Amino acid sequence: MLRTDKLVFEYIRRDEEGNVEGITRAVDNVNLDVKPGEFIAILGHNGSGKSTLAKHFNALLYPTEGEVFVDGMNTEDDSHLWDIRQEAGMVFQNPDNQIIGQVVEEDVGFGPENMGVPTQEIWERVEESLKTVGMLQFRKSSPNHLSGGQKQRVSIAGVIAMHPKCIIFDEPTAMLDPNGRKEVIRAARALNQVENITIILITHYMEEVIYADRVFVMDKGHVEMTGTPREIFSQVDRLKELRLGVPQVTLLAHELKKAGLPLPDGVLTREEFVEELKKIKR
Amino acid sequence: MLRDITLGQYYRTESVIHSLDPRVKLVATFAFIVSLFVANNFIGYVIAALFLAMVIYLSKVPPKFIFRGMKTIFFLLLLTMVFNLFLTPGTPIVSVWKFTITQEGLKMAAMMAVRLVFLITGSSLMTLTTTPNHLTDGLERLLRPLRLFKVPVHEISMMMSIALRFIPILMEETDKIMKAQMARGADFESGSLIKRAKSLVPLLVPLFISAFRRANDLAMAMEARCYKGGDGRTKMKPLIYEKRDRLAYLVIILYLVLIVVMGRILF
Amino acid sequence: MSIILDHVNYIYDEDTAMAHAALIDVCLNIPDGQFVGLIGHTGSGKSTLIQHMNGLEKPTSGCVFYDGKDINDSDYDKKSLRAKVGLVFQYPEHQLFETDCFKDVCFGPKNLGLPQKEVELRAYEALKQVGFDDEYFYQSPFDLSGGQKRRVAIAGVLAMKPEVLILDEPTAGLDPKGREDILNLISKLHEEMGITIILVSHSMDDVANYVQRIIVMNKGRVAFDDEPKEVFKHYKELEEIGLAAPQVTYVMQELHEAGFPVDTDVTTLEDAKNEILKAFGKC
Repeated sequence: MLRTDKLVFEYIRRDEEGNVEGITRAVDNVNLDVKPGEFIAILGHNGSGKSTLAKHFNALLYPTEGEVFVDGMNTEDDSHLWDIRQEAGMVFQNPDNQIIGQVVEEDVGFGPENMGVPTQEIWERVEESLKTVGMLQFRKSSPNHLSGGQKQRVSIAGVIAMHPKCIIFDEPTAMLDPNGRKEVIRAARALNQVENITIILITHYMEEVIYADRVFVMDKGHVEMTGTPREIFSQVDRLKELRLGVPQVTLLAHELKKAGLPLPDGVLTREEFVEELKKIKR
Repeated sequence: MLRDITLGQYYRTESVIHSLDPRVKLVATFAFIVSLFVANNFIGYVIAALFLAMVIYLSKVPPKFIFRGMKTIFFLLLLTMVFNLFLTPGTPIVSVWKFTITQEGLKMAAMMAVRLVFLITGSSLMTLTTTPNHLTDGLERLLRPLRLFKVPVHEISMMMSIALRFIPILMEETDKIMKAQMARGADFESGSLIKRAKSLVPLLVPLFISAFRRANDLAMAMEARCYKGGDGRTKMKPLIYEKRDRLAYLVIILYLVLIVVMGRILF
Repeated sequence: MSIILDHVNYIYDEDTAMAHAALIDVCLNIPDGQFVGLIGHTGSGKSTLIQHMNGLEKPTSGCVFYDGKDINDSDYDKKSLRAKVGLVFQYPEHQLFETDCFKDVCFGPKNLGLPQKEVELRAYEALKQVGFDDEYFYQSPFDLSGGQKRRVAIAGVLAMKPEVLILDEPTAGLDPKGREDILNLISKLHEEMGITIILVSHSMDDVANYVQRIIVMNKGRVAFDDEPKEVFKHYKELEEIGLAAPQVTYVMQELHEAGFPVDTDVTTLEDAKNEILKAFGKC
């Protein structure tokens, strides 16, 4: 579905007079291969290059070196530009800065309008997308009167209405409160499981990645760790070096293991933790 | 403080006037304004008043709500009247010191006052019964012929509707920035004019930076959703004339004819 | 130096159709030197509440006292109040405006009308207190990372030498390491300078490890106000209002239900670890 081949992205830093100060390599030799229907999480601290990487999947940025393929189409091939943007939808961080319409349903219709979908079908798509994210009852509302989580769900509906095969979530929860975060993650998981849409979730909240099929951890522009959530979260100390943490339960299990209890690595949930302790007790 | 300012004072209710095509309402408002300047006699104003009263009645907007807006232009009204009253040459009635009130002045002042009140009422009726985005939609369609002269009509209307969406957000943001700077001892209210202008820097810099960031984010989000300008775009809510819209046009034409004919017959 | 709120009510957009109560009968007493966590989800009234503490908002009814004086008296000097009760807003982007960090931090003390020398001294001290590197002093605040911006914003308020420091969501949008750094910094400021700290957050996990007292706001009312472990005992009620106790609270609760002899009052990871080890006879 998505593939990067030795992807490098550099940008030139300039001082106030416009002289070149230096070159920053934001993405450094990244090779990814995401299969259709997968739920991928990309972790990394602020400034690790994860958002820059994400913008390549939607042809918002182009590689300095290497190549990016979306469903077999090279992003640098201009003739496929609009196909790529339709197939790989994007949800951004700030909910206010990606809603264009003044009424929820009009915003959801914005993508299909741009694609030239006939009016009747736009209405069908809008209704179906709002239903998918559970925002149908707000279709006539002004986005300014919604909570952060609701606004993000409207943004997600706006992407679904374009019938994408893949959605890239670029830190969709960074500006939300815990309730809003849950709403968005729930919506993302549902899209993956029910609609079989490929999901790329970029985040630095550890609790959000435990449901992913695979996790990539980025640092200084390259992929530092790859694996299932369990494999990644077994390496508590390594994650800390990369300015990241692990969910509290995982950390607790890790600490207890260090203190001598025979617990496995990478305990992800509370249920699992209690079960493991029960096993030891017996 | 800043959140009190409301833009586009739309009055939400359901009425014939509300459901009219925005193009009809734009044309009607324009026609009404023209008629006010065509009408130059008593009968003409009576017809205009009746027409206005009928529209107000049909719109279901409480008259109280409409005339509340009049308060803001009260001084403008007073000024126009005073100027016309004293500065129109003609047959004098009363003379106070250097100022003379003439017969013509009195007539002129009354006429201008009526015109102004009608004008404001008529145009606020349009904004009260049409949502801002309907209005921009209507404008876009009406101005479409201007595209022949390379006027970017679609872009202008897109800009207008984005501005309408972001004004409340930026208002709220201004409020927050003001408070953040006040918490650091900034003072926006006292001092000389220069000092006050200077005190706006800590407010304007963060506001502009934020506005630019938002603009950048929004441009990216629009591109990501396949926005490529007006060509090849379909409309979710296309403007289509219905029976009531055609009827409304007919009423407008009749009204205009009446005003013109009345003016001719009587004088 | 305590802050006392006496039956404070605040109604937004009074006299309009949009009127709604943001604060309802709030009574609080925050004594000197306390480290308080103020928790509530978006719209719970917590932001409105802190703006009452330094006079940015005026209660519709009720009184706010600082140091025994009613801050809404007409002859009360609000400017000096705002120096004493420092408020750092959520997004540093809302306050940074100068061409370099040092000048930006000078803004607060300059507004107090202090001599230039004193202003610069205070700015320097404040930047040192937040652990800001000398080499960034003359850099534009807009080129900094999120965590560094936040430090400059906090320094900008610290330079006014406040007796109370209120921080609204100081960790929003930061990565895990950045969050930890800022929380440790705040905790250090509390210990070293002995100032009162009110930390506003919607994350129990963040707050539980640091504060002495938690105030939970819900729909404009104070829902809970107690020591962390007492507040977390109400984890079920907390969940109903859309908040959650720290994960360890749940873990301990579940272990207890599963028959492990553990104390459920635990709120921090360290205590949880010790409790479990004790239960397994490893301590």
